[in-house]
Amino acid sequence: MSVFDAIIGGYPAVAGHRPWPRFVIDSAAWNRAAEGLRDGAFVLVGYWGDADRVHLALAEPTYASGCVLTLPCPDGRFPSLAVTHPPSARLERAIQDLWMLTAQGAADRRSWLDHGRWPTSAERAKADYAFLPVEGEGLHRIPVGPVHAGIIEPGHFRFTASGEAVVRLEARLGYVHKGIEGLMAGAPLAKAARLAGRVSGDSTVAYALAFARAVEVATEAPVPPRAVWLRALMAELERIANHLGDIGAICNDAAFAIMLAHCGVLRERVLRTANTCFGHRLMMDRVIPGGIGVDLADEGAAAIEALIRHIRDRFPELVELYDNTASLQDRTVATGRLQPALAQRFAAGGVIGRASGRAIDVRRHPGYPPYDDLPFQVPVREDGDVNARVWVRIGEVEQSLALLSLILSRLPSGPIAAEVPCPATAVEGLALVEGFRGDVLVWLRLGRDAQVERCHFRDPSWFQWPLLEAVIEGNIVADFPLCNKSFNCSYSGHDL
Amino acid sequence: MRKTLFRSLFERTLTEPPPPVDEAALAQLAAGIDRAARQRFGRGLAIREVDAGSCNGCELEIHALTNAFYDLERFGLRFVASPRHADVLLVTGPVTCNMREALARTYAATPAPKWVVAAGDCTCEGGVFAGSDRVVAGGVAAVIPVDLYIRGCPPTPTQLLAGLLALLVQPAT
Repeated sequence: MSVFDAIIGGYPAVAGHRPWPRFVIDSAAWNRAAEGLRDGAFVLVGYWGDADRVHLALAEPTYASGCVLTLPCPDGRFPSLAVTHPPSARLERAIQDLWMLTAQGAADRRSWLDHGRWPTSAERAKADYAFLPVEGEGLHRIPVGPVHAGIIEPGHFRFTASGEAVVRLEARLGYVHKGIEGLMAGAPLAKAARLAGRVSGDSTVAYALAFARAVEVATEAPVPPRAVWLRALMAELERIANHLGDIGAICNDAAFAIMLAHCGVLRERVLRTANTCFGHRLMMDRVIPGGIGVDLADEGAAAIEALIRHIRDRFPELVELYDNTASLQDRTVATGRLQPALAQRFAAGGVIGRASGRAIDVRRHPGYPPYDDLPFQVPVREDGDVNARVWVRIGEVEQSLALLSLILSRLPSGPIAAEVPCPATAVEGLALVEGFRGDVLVWLRLGRDAQVERCHFRDPSWFQWPLLEAVIEGNIVADFPLCNKSFNCSYSGHDL
Repeated sequence: MRKTLFRSLFERTLTEPPPPVDEAALAQLAAGIDRAARQRFGRGLAIREVDAGSCNGCELEIHALTNAFYDLERFGLRFVASPRHADVLLVTGPVTCNMREALARTYAATPAPKWVVAAGDCTCEGGVFAGSDRVVAGGVAAVIPVDLYIRGCPPTPTQLLAGLLALLVQPAT
C-alpha cells in the first residue's frame, strides 16, 4: 500500500521511467491528486509542462518513495492545482508562460517568467504587471530592483510599508530567464551537462550531479565507485563554501563585517582547495554523465586534509564570536520567523526547511550513493528565525567537514567514468540531489541517440521564495536584507 | 571578539601581490578608450556590477575580489551601490530579453565618461546560452558599447583583477 494508490490505482505505469513510476492519468485522478496535496497526504516535489501535457512529481512525506503523474491536455487546458494548493501557483504560472497551456480555475492569471519581451511572448504578458493591491491609510510603496545595490542577481521586490513595518512584500522574478530548458531540447549529452552546470553557478556540482544521476538512472548506466565518492567530495566542498559565504554575508547584513572578512577567507581557502583538487574553483563541468571528468589530483587528498584542519582550527572561534555578540544576536534572533506549518505546507527544503523543523534531506531519503553508506547528522531547529538558519548552516559545515574526512578515508580506486549506454528506445529519469539550498530536481527524457528530448530543472528556491514574503511581514524594512540573505534563494536556478 | 582580533595581530597578512596587468586587456583598451577619460579618472574607479542574466558564478568570483586575498580596494577600485556613482559598469551574463531594458537604463544612468567591462564568456555573444530566443543575440555589445572583455567561465578573481587593473594604467604621454 502506498499513499498514491488512491490516485494511480488502475493506471498502468509508463515503460522506461525510473526510479519512480510514471502514470498517465485523467482529470478525475488529477483532482484526487489535488485533494491529496491540499490535505498534506503527500508532497509536491515538481510540476512542469511538456508539449500538450503537464507532469506532477509527488513524494511521500518521508520522501522514501514517489511517483510522477502526467495529465494529457490535448485542448491546451488543465485544472489548476494552485486553487487548492498555493505552493504550486508560481510553477503553474511558469507552465502557462513556457508551454502556452491554460490552468483552468487559477486565481492568479498573471504571467510569471514571461515579461512580454520574448519573440514568443503572450499578449497578456505585454501589459504592465499588476502587483497585488494593498489598501490602508498611510501606506507607502518601495520598489527595489531588478538592479540591486549589491553584487547579487536581479529581481524586483515591491514593498508596501506602514512606517517602518512591512505590510506586504511581493517579489517579481524571471529577469534572468535564459531559456535553458529550450536549449536542452535536442542537445547532445555533453552540451546538456555543461548547461546543467550553469543553471545556478553557485550549485554547479549539485545541478551537474542531479543531471548526471537522471541520465544514469534513465539509461541504467553504471557509475564507477571512485566517481560516486569523488562526486560526494565535490558536493560537500560546494556546500561548505556556500554556507561559509552565507554565514559571513548574513552577519555583514547586520553590519558585523568582521564575520564576513573571516568567513570570506575560509571560503576562499575552500575554493582554492577545489582548484587544487579538480582544476576549477567552483568545480564546473567536473561531474559528467557516467562519472566525473577529472580525477582527484595527486596533491588533492593532502590539500583537503589541510583544509579540514584549518577550518576546524578557525571556525569554532567564529561560531563563538557569533554566539557571544549580543548586538548581532539582537538582529538575528526572532527576525524573519518562518512558522513550521508553513515550511511544511510549501515543502521548503534545505536550511530554510530544516531551521523550521522540517527534517528533510534527500541525501537521506530517498537517498543516493555514497550517502546511504555514510553516517551524518541532519541539523534541525524549530525556531525558524534568521538565527536558526545561521545555526543550521554552522551545523552543516561541521557535518560536511566530517563527511570530507570519511570520504577521503574510504575513497575507492579505479576508473572515474564509464560510457553511458545509448538507449534503444526513449527513456526517462528523475533525480533529487541535495544542494546547499535544498533538493534540486531534474527530470529528463532521452531519445534513442542519447539526445535530450526534454529536461526540466526545479530549484529548491521555487518553494522558498514565496515564504520570504511571508516571513518579512511585520518586520522592519531594514531587516529585509538580513531575512533575504538568510534565505539566499536562487534567481538563476528559479528563472532558468 | 578580542580573541579574534588579538590573533589577527600576530598573523602575516593574507593579501597577495597583484597579478601582472593583462596585456590583452591593455591592447583592447588602447584601441578603444578615450585617452582624456583615462587621464581624468586617475587612480580611483567606482564600479557598478550589473547581472544581466548570469548563472551567478561570475558574481561569486566578483565577490571574492573583496576578500582579504585580493583586497580590490587597495588599488582604488571599489564597488558602489548606484550607477549614478559609477565610472565603470561591470556586466555579467548573456543579457536576457527580460534584463535588456534594465541594462540599457543602468548604462543611461551612469554619468560620462564611463567604461563597460563585460566579465564571463557568456557576455560575449551568449556563450553556452547562445541560440536561445530568450537572450539578446550578440551579447552585451548588442545593448551597450563594451570597452573590455574579461573571459572565463567564470573568470577567476585573479583574471578579473588583471583585467580591471588595466583600466588604471595611464596611457603614455
